[in-house]
Amino acid sequence: MKRPILYVLFAVAILLSALVAKNYFDSPNKIASGPTIGGSFTLVDHNAKAVTDADFKGRNMLIFFGYTYCPDVCPTAMQTISDALDILGDRPDIVPVFVSVDTKRDTPEVLKSYLENFHPSIVGMTGTPEQVVAAAKAYGVYYAIVEGSSGDPDDYLMNHSSITYLMGPDGAFITHFSHGTPPDQMAEKLDRMAK
Amino acid sequence: MNKLNTFLAAMIAVYAFSPISANAGDIMVMEPWARASSKMAKSAAAFLVIHNNGKQADTLIAAESDMSKRTEVHESYMEKDIMMMRHVDTVVIPAGGMATLKPGGYHVMFMGLKKPLDMGTTFPLTLVFEKAGKVTVNVKVQKAGAMGAMGSKGSMDHSKMKHAH
Ligand SMILES: [Cu+2]
Repeated sequence: MKRPILYVLFAVAILLSALVAKNYFDSPNKIASGPTIGGSFTLVDHNAKAVTDADFKGRNMLIFFGYTYCPDVCPTAMQTISDALDILGDRPDIVPVFVSVDTKRDTPEVLKSYLENFHPSIVGMTGTPEQVVAAAKAYGVYYAIVEGSSGDPDDYLMNHSSITYLMGPDGAFITHFSHGTPPDQMAEKLDRMAK
Repeated sequence: MNKLNTFLAAMIAVYAFSPISANAGDIMVMEPWARASSKMAKSAAAFLVIHNNGKQADTLIAAESDMSKRTEVHESYMEKDIMMMRHVDTVVIPAGGMATLKPGGYHVMFMGLKKPLDMGTTFPLTLVFEKAGKVTVNVKVQKAGAMGAMGSKGSMDHSKMKHAH
């Protein structure tokens, strides 16, 4: 009675190692030990129009997750992207995207008003809580409301990932930029790595 | 010597009359600036440098303004690429030293902004220190993505560009 169980275990072990190996060799673009960055999303842009990842196929997407109530990190990130794009000049092949993780306060209208201060090519996105959760999950982005940060239900703070991702025309991850990357370095890397 | 005297006189004039600095006792607050906010924004931030010329440390304990429902001192900090923000109760300005409120670190946060901060305008902000008491400064509003008191160098002002949407 013991033999068949051993055979089954042996078969399972072989199958698992084959799967691990396949995943390993199939993914040269993955960040070491991290899950795949990117994937499909369905959101709403700053003109209240439904958008999906398919709308960006064929162009490089520079994507950052934040929220407009953020007075420090997010304007800095948007300014860095704006300055980098100014350095590069006319680049319709690169679309910067600001995805808001603040579904309660960041309506398309608020996003549109916010983005008027930055590079005109930046696309603002938001969505239902479910849509934004799904998009953030696809990009391995963390965010959370800071509980108890204020007594006012409309004046809460949020914590969020500060990385900007560059995705290729096929939707695959190319590279990422840490917060604080100077605009000239971002421009140089974009020019070199965008496809 | 004449040149030096002129220079010193000019410096004294700058310190005495400039709206860009204010002092109370040993505390001097310099280059207060804020980022312009959009028409619909409900928050904003101001940044500045506090000098303590005294022999004792002093502590920033509060910020007050009429611009927002609440005005608080906050700190942005990074933990494994996650940007966090928290309310801080105090910022210590060491004796003979300084404290800098700048993007990526400390800022004065306006929560529940009553009206937008327009670029080029100024507004009063009062800082409350444990020893020096209240110091009121005029905060100059820079562009939305400015990185310093003079605006970030070389970058364009996108608010004046036609927004192609
Ligand atoms: Cu803050």
